[in-house]
Amino acid sequence: MFKYLKQLTSLVAMVAVLFTFTTETMAAKKSKTLKNTQKKGFVRCGVSQGLPGFSNADAAGNWTGVDVDVCRAVAAAVLGDANKVKFTPLSAKERFTALTSNEIDILSRNTTWTLSRDADIGLTFVGVNFYDGQGFMVRKNSGYSSVNDFKNGISACTNLGTTTELNMRDFFNSKGISYEPVTFEKADEVVAAYDAGRCDTYTTDKSGLAAQRIKLSSPDDHIVLPETISKEPLGPVVRQGDSVWEDIVRWSLNTMIEAEEYGVTSANADSMKTSDNPAVKRLVGAEGELGAALGLDNDWSLRIIKQVGNYGESYKRNIADTGILPDRGPNELWTKGGILYVPPAR
Amino acid sequence: MNIKKILPQLLTLLVVILIFGFFSYNAQVNMENRGITFGYGFLSQESSFDVQFSLIEFDGSHSYFRAYLVGLLNTILVSVIGIIFATIIGVVVGIARLSNNYLINRTAGVYVEFFRNIPLLLQIFFWYFAALRALPLPQDTEPMFGVFFLTIKGFFVPAFVWNNLDIFIYSIIAAIISIIFVRIYARKKQENDGIQTPVLSISIGLLLILPILSFLIGGVDASVEIPVIKQLSQSGFTYEGGIKLPPELISLALALSLYTATFIAECVRAGVQGVSKGQKEAAASIGLTPNQVLKLVIMPQALRIIIPPTTNQYLNLTKNSSLAAAIAYPDLVLVFAGTALMQTGRAIEIVSITMLTYLSLSISISIFMNWYNKKIAIKEK
Repeated sequence: MFKYLKQLTSLVAMVAVLFTFTTETMAAKKSKTLKNTQKKGFVRCGVSQGLPGFSNADAAGNWTGVDVDVCRAVAAAVLGDANKVKFTPLSAKERFTALTSNEIDILSRNTTWTLSRDADIGLTFVGVNFYDGQGFMVRKNSGYSSVNDFKNGISACTNLGTTTELNMRDFFNSKGISYEPVTFEKADEVVAAYDAGRCDTYTTDKSGLAAQRIKLSSPDDHIVLPETISKEPLGPVVRQGDSVWEDIVRWSLNTMIEAEEYGVTSANADSMKTSDNPAVKRLVGAEGELGAALGLDNDWSLRIIKQVGNYGESYKRNIADTGILPDRGPNELWTKGGILYVPPAR
Repeated sequence: MNIKKILPQLLTLLVVILIFGFFSYNAQVNMENRGITFGYGFLSQESSFDVQFSLIEFDGSHSYFRAYLVGLLNTILVSVIGIIFATIIGVVVGIARLSNNYLINRTAGVYVEFFRNIPLLLQIFFWYFAALRALPLPQDTEPMFGVFFLTIKGFFVPAFVWNNLDIFIYSIIAAIISIIFVRIYARKKQENDGIQTPVLSISIGLLLILPILSFLIGGVDASVEIPVIKQLSQSGFTYEGGIKLPPELISLALALSLYTATFIAECVRAGVQGVSKGQKEAAASIGLTPNQVLKLVIMPQALRIIIPPTTNQYLNLTKNSSLAAAIAYPDLVLVFAGTALMQTGRAIEIVSITMLTYLSLSISISIFMNWYNKKIAIKEK
């Protein structure tokens, strides 16, 4: 029996390899992902299939959003050009397989950091670029003003393969409400079904609700209920087993946040080289040898700030100015009442 | 001579084994490097997600294995419904295409050409979102016969509430068994004495009388539970009680049957046209009635041509049902290869189980149809 199982295992493993055409030996001393990226000349970045403010392509195929900016920052740091990114739109279902099977090198796709994802399936979360929480959208004329108004038999539309599905169950269970989950693979179909009246409520991360609301036939007829039922720290993910690449992505994101903290922007970055503050000087590469530790030159962080901007600029450009979530809420710096706090770059 | 024959085969086998070995070794190394473990233990873990429509009781406290069963049963359900309707529509349209009536003939032709040339996924989307747009909200629904409610949230039909359901089921089983005996007896009688027995009327009678008797003396009792409207919010309503068929199931079954029926219609047409005209004329000349000609001469020969390609269509329909994931029908791909895969991250394990399941489903249909095909094949005596 055991022998048979082993054979089956081998056979089955073959299936996976059809998607994994790499023969990676032990993690090389120098980052293999970094080497490959430099050789290819572009960063392979997995994004959503269209979530305004986070990762969304315009008619000309240009990607914008705070998730997109993380990949651009890495491209600026590693290749010197924030535009050298190849974006791959992925559904929630495909995203982790695409990353673990080497189709992409960074997954920056409004993905919630959880223990099981981090520890169990060969992924490593490098940080948080958006603090979110799950909420509910309902029709204004339903008269619902709180999740406490929900009644037995309510139907809820949501995305397949997300933490949303699990949170929704926890929530309705704790309230003792029976509900009908209607789960679609693509966000556009969730919106269409909710819009048509198939569901009484649409539940996902609140940022997602705010962004998708624009796609409804009459956005003003819908409201997002005030309650937040879960913690959803969204952040970029890399494959497990390449710690150098992991550090590069982590510190590219941290650089953007720290730049905002020290008031370094894309406009004033060059002039900051002569700043009196050593922390600022380190940030723009005028002091220290921080780039070498990552296998990069010393201007890597300066390029990020100049080409992509700091976190505040990215947020304003993508989320605030587009009217999705003008209020930064928890995504404000820790010095300004939010919870954005990154370790020091030194 | 022998070695010359065997050597190429052995080499081929060796190459196949090497390729398999290379891929599985590679996968093991890659998985090890990325810290991915492998195993089927997760199947007994708590699934902690819910499914909108299930034939067996299921909620998040049940295991992933039960989630697999839920998906499998839903796949089988939509496939069976699809196969039944596709066959009915297919046979009707196939025969209509042979009609001498120009209008019937052309209508059937246009139907076939139209539906088989549009990608299935598009048709599924069309039927689903068209249905969602066209169906009324629960509060605006006009009931059909006072008890059926077709709404955007699903088709709500009355449910039977049974007393002593088992006795009722036994009565039906008893009826079926006695019908089989009647048929055997009738055939023997015809072979021995040449006298025909009205098997059909007797069968229908048995199927009616035995269940009715179970009501009268078996203590079987059924009452009907009619769905009632329920207010959820100032503008939101739903129905409670009865049985609910979700719009996803209805539109998927509709799209699958309409699409597959076009191919079956062509199989039927080819089958009937494949029987030579002389057969029909010869049968008529020995005095068989038109009904007997069709039943005893044309159909037995046509079926032999129809069954093999139709089997393929049944297999296609079953596999195509996996497109359900696009419209939120909780089939095997959506529940197991979708949600369960995402929550556990066990891609290789789950995809392998799903593939094996579809393989077994297809092989079962194949075996059944091959058996049926053999049964109606020419028996040379």
